[in-house]
Amino acid sequence: MNPATLFGLCGAALIGLGLFGLIVQPRPLRKILAFNVLGGGVFLVFGAVAQRGAAAGFGGDPVPHGLIITAIIVAFAATALAVGLVLRLSEETGNASLSEPDDGGPGA
Amino acid sequence: MTDPTTAAGGLLLVLAIFVPVAAMPLAFVLGGRHAERIALGTVPAGLAVAVAISAGIWRRGDALTVHVGGWAPPLGVALRADGLSAVMLLTTAIVIGAAAWFARSDFASDATRETRAPWAFWILLLAVWGALNTAFVGADLFNLYVALELLTFGAVPMVCLDGRPETLRAALRYLLFTLIGSALFVLGAALVYGAYGTLDIALLAQRVRAEPTARIAIVLMTVGLLTKTALFPLHLWLPAAHAGAPAAASAVLSALVVKAPLVLIIRLWVDALPGLATPAAAQTLAALGAAAILVGSVLALRQARLKMLVAYSTVAQVGYLFLVFPLASATQIGVSAWTGGILQIVSHAFAKAAMFFAAGLVARSLGHDRIAGMAGVGRVLPMTMFAFALAGLSLMGLPPSGGFVAKWLLLRASIDGGQWWWALVIVTGGLFTGAYVYRVLAGALSERPLDAPFAPVERSREALALLLALLSVAIGLLPLASLGFVQIGRGS
Repeated sequence: MNPATLFGLCGAALIGLGLFGLIVQPRPLRKILAFNVLGGGVFLVFGAVAQRGAAAGFGGDPVPHGLIITAIIVAFAATALAVGLVLRLSEETGNASLSEPDDGGPGA
Repeated sequence: MTDPTTAAGGLLLVLAIFVPVAAMPLAFVLGGRHAERIALGTVPAGLAVAVAISAGIWRRGDALTVHVGGWAPPLGVALRADGLSAVMLLTTAIVIGAAAWFARSDFASDATRETRAPWAFWILLLAVWGALNTAFVGADLFNLYVALELLTFGAVPMVCLDGRPETLRAALRYLLFTLIGSALFVLGAALVYGAYGTLDIALLAQRVRAEPTARIAIVLMTVGLLTKTALFPLHLWLPAAHAGAPAAASAVLSALVVKAPLVLIIRLWVDALPGLATPAAAQTLAALGAAAILVGSVLALRQARLKMLVAYSTVAQVGYLFLVFPLASATQIGVSAWTGGILQIVSHAFAKAAMFFAAGLVARSLGHDRIAGMAGVGRVLPMTMFAFALAGLSLMGLPPSGGFVAKWLLLRASIDGGQWWWALVIVTGGLFTGAYVYRVLAGALSERPLDAPFAPVERSREALALLLALLSVAIGLLPLASLGFVQIGRGS
């Protein structure tokens, strides 16, 4: 197994873990962390794609690297926005649970 | 392809993105009263750019393309505006402009002290506008991903401008849903790049082959976009988010923000990866759309609050576009199905913005938006309720309105295409829509005088709601021949 395939498989595993966490974890902070795991997996797959470089015809295609950096910045901004919302929510209500207080959701 | 960089139209495409994006930091830095003035001043400029682009495409009879910085794809990034882009740019400029005027009294900047919510609203409005325009003229899958993310970052804070816990929750849920969508979309784009070495839509259309990689990629990207456009069963975030936002923001979110991913799905299926749309996939999408129409309408019928009703109506109306996919396979029927779908996007945008304006005015006047407490409101706000009724007619698909032409084209396509069951869904959806619009109007227009205190609202804001409702109806009066405009620049 060459390194590119290994990285690709690791990325796929991270994507699975992240998606699972995003759906299953009830608390917002854990969902945000799961999103970052998912994002890490996607970037790893994209990196593995760059290493293959098959389409461009040379080893180590630089274009995906540029795209990954952009995507990391976007994911970072998204995380910051989400954390900001969670902080504000816990300031307002004392907990940061996504469920409404009246539908019996346990507070975080 | 003709030399794309010489045309003055190329500059216009850059301006469509540049104008709102340049106004945004200005509003951010100057703040206070200036934020409002800058946003309002940007509206005519942005509208002029959208009109100029549409006129350019109309004259040429072909799409406008520009290679940014003179670098041709696959190395550079292209911007491309076809008939669909032009229609969306125009709709966006009109709805954003109306929302800006509508918001003036809700978000009037105080001359002496700076308040956060108005300042944020004007900046976010410009941000959403810039992101929408980027999504409509983008011709590169990664660029489109960035446009969608910018749109998210503008739209999510709009939901929680008032800072109440329930709107913060709605915003957070919206953000988490839409981030899953983005991750899936960019994963699909990575696979496409790995297989074909480009993300440019025109180049992809030539290179793509029906093979497993391309199929997995289009499924990932489509599911990601469905999350953002809130197609059933991924609609769970939408009602609370759209109903919780201030009226002007709700109008922008419901009329425009959910439409950008819809337009990208069309780009993906028709322009970028043609020939991958298997009948089974198209039928699945249409089945989800049909479920959205029925479930969304029934839930709208059961809502106690007017803004929630209007928000669930968006869930239903988004479903109509997905009926296009199985009908578009045959070319002859396909043209009328696509035209119907695009008309549905535009007429729904105007009608839904008018409805949210009306709901906002009712809430402003009565201090609540419970439908049960609205009896007799038609006597106090006649123009508002008239606007609501007209918008409702368009959503139901009664002639003569934009919604009628859209739904009629879809109906005809489904019957000509021998897929009568979709026609059944369209008719049933129209009946349900009639029921929930009637439920609001029956109370509002009742003989009984309003037995609650009310505050008067500005006539100019009522007129804005009416103007958008009239636009939604007026689309139905366009000559059918002119509807060919939306087909300009379609590859085949």
